[in-house]
Parts: sequence; structure tokens; C-alpha cells
Amino acid sequence: MSRVIVVTSGKGGVGKTTLTANLGTALARLGRSVVVVDADFGLRNLDLLLGLENRVVYTALEVIAGECRLEQALVKDKRTPNLALLPAAQTRNKTAVNPDQMRQLMEKLASSHDYVLIDCPAGIEQGFRNAVAGATEALLVTTPEVSAVRDADRVVGLLEAAGISSIQLIVNRLRPDMVTAGQMMAVEDVVEVLAIPLVGIIPEDREVIVSTNKGEPLVLSANPTLAAQAIQRIARRLEGETVEFPKLASLGESFWEKAKRFLNQKVF
Amino acid sequence: MLLDFLDQLFSRHSGSSREQAKQRLKLILAHDRADLTPAALESMRLEILGVVSRYVELDSEGLQFHLAAEGGTTALIANLPIRRVKPLAETGLNSCEGENPQQDPGAAPSEGGHLSSPSL
Repeated sequence: MSRVIVVTSGKGGVGKTTLTANLGTALARLGRSVVVVDADFGLRNLDLLLGLENRVVYTALEVIAGECRLEQALVKDKRTPNLALLPAAQTRNKTAVNPDQMRQLMEKLASSHDYVLIDCPAGIEQGFRNAVAGATEALLVTTPEVSAVRDADRVVGLLEAAGISSIQLIVNRLRPDMVTAGQMMAVEDVVEVLAIPLVGIIPEDREVIVSTNKGEPLVLSANPTLAAQAIQRIARRLEGETVEFPKLASLGESFWEKAKRFLNQKVF
Repeated sequence: MLLDFLDQLFSRHSGSSREQAKQRLKLILAHDRADLTPAALESMRLEILGVVSRYVELDSEGLQFHLAAEGGTTALIANLPIRRVKPLAETGLNSCEGENPQQDPGAAPSEGGHLSSPSL
């Protein structure tokens, strides 16, 4: 039974695309066949984060127009067997496709993959409606900031209206030191306000920028950072495993952990 | 253990921006979810105050009237401090089916009322 999951947030810049790339990679490394779908027509970036930008030939648009077969548009990730990308068109905008076409496309992908992860564009207009059209589940990404949480709450209403009842929350870019100092909302604050079941807590991670520069998902690293480990735990939770949430303090790197990682990267 | 306790103690005080963020969110989400226009809310407020004022004299200083989000539900929180319960004659209700609410105008209770609507 394959799962079609949309990764959405309302607000931009909270980490949807980074999460989609890494979660897709993590699920594929657990042995699942995964396709990640870029639903951000006109502003595609999932190809860049996966380092697959030079291998894009066809996009979802050509598949929908019948100009190529679905298999021709899928870009297989050579580093991660089982992982494929369906790129979005970059030359056209969000009105180039409609929800019905997306629904049919997602059905086709679901018939040949265990997971279809859809990277939703920011906003709640046509691009959002296209992205959620074929999904049966949603991962709602937010950061512990008032604007992101407010937008996430709006999206919950829209997802429910679209018939998506399974919505799980991911709190991204948490800064444990600031939470402890009373300068940032804690995960429990966000969960209390949104009243959505929690599936992941990801700490802020400088390595995200480095991995984006290189086009290598964080979870591929031999020494995964705390954020990468958090995403791997989300993958296991999606697989039905019960994985405990670590304590707040252990989500921030201690001095020795930082030192160890530095030595691993630069010296050994 | 002790450090955790101290963290809790110092991070939970209500002046922290963490707590402010949460309280502001609860308020704004309640309004977003209810999808009531400010005009509709104001008209509801005036009508409710009108009804309540027929029976009791309200203390206009301490009036509170807002929406709040608690988990998945939205509640209308109205805190209407009562200055004085009006005598029956003033309320304009002359028949009271044998009931005779003998109120002492001096000792009016000052309590808030909660009107909850979980379906919002």
C-alpha cells in the first residue's frame, strides 16, 4: 500500500524542500522505493538540493501533456538507489497544470512506488491546490515562530477541507538554547496551539547550508548531524516504528560533540 | 536535575518572549479560525452586553470580550464584572412564575462568564 504525502507549510522558508529531499533519501535508505515530486512549478529547487539539476530532461509538465512517458521524466538518484525525482517545469508558472492532472499523475506514481513525497510550494493558491490534490496524507512543517505557526494553522483548515485527515506536525529549526532561555516557543507550545500530532523535531543546523551548496542531502553523511538524525527518526516513525523524542538538551550539540564532528570532518 | 528545575523556573515566567509568542498566537488563531469580521464581533459584543445589562449593571472598566484558541477548539471568553444586580422592577420582567429573586444590591457577585463553542 503506497502512501502519497504532501509536505506543506503555508509560509515559505521553513524548510519544506530541504525536508522533502532528506526525508525521501532517508526512506529510500530504509529500503523503500520513493519518488519525490517537485510541485513548485516556476520556482523549482528540489533538483538542486538533491544535486540532480544537471540530469533533468523532462518535467511533470511534459508527462501531463503526453510529450513523454512518466519513466522518462523520472530522474534516478545514483547515490541513493530506490530514490527518484519528478521535476517541476521551471519555465512555466503554477497555472500550467490543474488539480485533476496532478491527481492522475500521483495515482500513476503511487502504483509503482512505496512513497510519493510532494514538495508543496509556499502559499495557499493554485500551487497549493495542485500539490495537495493527489495526496492522502500531509506533513505540516513549521518553525517555532508566530508567523510560521499562524500560517500552518491556516493550512490545517485547507488540508481538512481538501479531505486530507491525516496531518502530522514537524517542528523545524528549533534552537534548544533559545527555548531554555525563554526566547523561543518550545515544541510543546506549538503542539498545544496547533493541536496536531507531532512526528518530528528538527534542530537548527548550519550544515543545511553546506549540504545545499553541495547538493548532497544531510542524511547521506557518514557522520550525520543532529538534524540529519532527527530526519532519520521521522522516516522510521513514518514506517510505523515507535521512536522516542529526545530531550530538549540533547538536541543541542555539546562542546565535545561539536569538537568531535569538527575533527571527523577536517582531520580524519 | 537541579539545573533542569532552574531552567524551568526561569524560562516559564510570563514576561518571556516565548510566553508572549504563545499568548499572541492563541488570540490571533482564535480570530483566524472563527473567521468573524471585526464588525460582526463588535455587533455580537454589543448585543450580548445589551442583554446582560437588562439584568445587571456592568462595570465598564473591567469588561473583557475576546476569542481564544485552546487546542483544537475556539472559545468566546467574556468577562463581565457585575457592579450591581438590578432589582426585578428595573429589568422590565413583571411575571416571574412564583420565583422571587431577592437580591441584595450591595453584595453583587463579580464573576466572569464563559461562553464556549467547541464547534467553531
